[in-house]
Amino acid sequence: MKGGLLRGRGLQIYTWLVIAWLVLPIAVMILFGFNDTKGRYNTAWQGFTFKWYGKLFEIGDLTQALVNSLLIAVLTMLIAGVLGSLIGLALGRYRFRGSGAMNLVMFAAISCAEIVMGASLLSLFVTLAVPLGFWTILISHVMFSISFVAVTVRARVMTLDSSLEEAARDLGAGPWTTFRLVTLPMIFPGVLAGSMLAFALSIDDFVITNFNSGGTMTFPLWIWGATRVGLPPQVNVMGTLIFAAGVLIAVVNALLARRRANA
Amino acid sequence: MSRLRASLTPYLLLFPGTLWLAIFFVIPTVVMLSLSLQSGDVVNGYAFTFNWHSYVDGIGTYHDQIIRSLVYGVISTVIQIVIGFPVAYWIAFKGGTRKSVYLFLLLLPFLVSFVLRTISWQFFLSDNGMLLGPLKSLGLVPEDFHILATSAAVIGGLAYNFLPFMILPMYVALERIDPRVLEAAQDLYASKVQTFLRVVLPLSLPGVFAGVLMTFVPATSDYVNASVLGGTSNTMIGNVIQNQFLVNQDYPTASALSFTLMALLLVGIFAYAKALGTEDVLEVAAR
Repeated sequence: MKGGLLRGRGLQIYTWLVIAWLVLPIAVMILFGFNDTKGRYNTAWQGFTFKWYGKLFEIGDLTQALVNSLLIAVLTMLIAGVLGSLIGLALGRYRFRGSGAMNLVMFAAISCAEIVMGASLLSLFVTLAVPLGFWTILISHVMFSISFVAVTVRARVMTLDSSLEEAARDLGAGPWTTFRLVTLPMIFPGVLAGSMLAFALSIDDFVITNFNSGGTMTFPLWIWGATRVGLPPQVNVMGTLIFAAGVLIAVVNALLARRRANA
Repeated sequence: MSRLRASLTPYLLLFPGTLWLAIFFVIPTVVMLSLSLQSGDVVNGYAFTFNWHSYVDGIGTYHDQIIRSLVYGVISTVIQIVIGFPVAYWIAFKGGTRKSVYLFLLLLPFLVSFVLRTISWQFFLSDNGMLLGPLKSLGLVPEDFHILATSAAVIGGLAYNFLPFMILPMYVALERIDPRVLEAAQDLYASKVQTFLRVVLPLSLPGVFAGVLMTFVPATSDYVNASVLGGTSNTMIGNVIQNQFLVNQDYPTASALSFTLMALLLVGIFAYAKALGTEDVLEVAAR
């Protein structure tokens, strides 16, 4: 092959094969949401149907688990979004004693094994006899999301020009007005990206949730509990809808960004 | 007055989030350390006794799972580097205007729950499933051939689940390479292979380093893949910790094992950082 393997078409085909490998289980999941299965087990292909989309909410506790997941994800997005953004702003904008230690805690929280985080938080709750459930799940999700939001916002803050804020102050704006009219609009893309990351981390989390949930179910926990008896097609449909919503948001986001760039 | 307020601002911004992290991340680690040194049982309660036996017994009983976790973690990480590097390379240098499309495709798995993806693999690879069923009915593989419940299935699952975390940082490092550096290498009569080995590869190492950090820890401590794809003979340390905490409620042993895992991962990462320090790598690249 002239020009070596790395320059040829081989590498392009290889990349597509890896992408196909990554997408394969998603395709299987989507396909079996359309399976006209008759028995309890959704394992063999028995014909195409839309009926599971109509019967989506027929399994009460699965629906409740999905509602819990969405509610926790939204609350995590809001709480971790605010707390993490404040940390990111402080680390990106100010030089102060203790910032090194703060960066270390961030790094530790991001690189810590999930199972260790989940287990140690459970140790605290067990020691203090805190009842496990919705609120302990929310606490844990905010805990592991804060650092990711902070790092995202810090990256955005560091690229910004602080002279705009100085200009606002020179023109007589107070600290709060400067923040609201100048700083916040500038860092907002970072805040939005960080909050969406928190939402995604929360709705997908299994390990830490498994340790701190008590009897409360989230979508991943329900799936985990149902694996031994077989997953109903409703799980495939819900997974498909979440996937479709994610793709839609990403595509719209990319189109808006392109339009802004062209404008 | 306003100078004092200005110097306090970063601390006020940090306060709420730091408080949350202190109470629910830092303090629990200390609580778990204390729990791992206690003795007693779930009925009679626990007392702090500097009981090192939880460590000795835990490691003694579960050393197989500890070693297996480290081995699976290392193998799956190496597989990810080998599979992922050419992809990152091709997208960075040949992706053209469609780079972001390829990156988006690589990130698609994250829009489906981690547990659901792994179960989907279990479904696809099952003994008479979509892959093996047709192969068996065609007689291409023997009737008793199976993929699930093997170490290959677990390692494959781990490599699959964390691959995008490996490709992205490698891509970022490769993308940053200035094409003029490659032209310079060619002007100095370096062959394509030499350019790759002595320019591209060293410059990509910080990305490989970041990728390993992001994938080795979750792969080594995972228990979802081992449970779903590995059957009973491929349990990892995560399975044991999960079981001891949530089923047996043997908190001292479970905490001791969690701490052992954490210590091993920390030692591993520091040794790795020392052996392949990112600053050294950058220095080499700059030379």
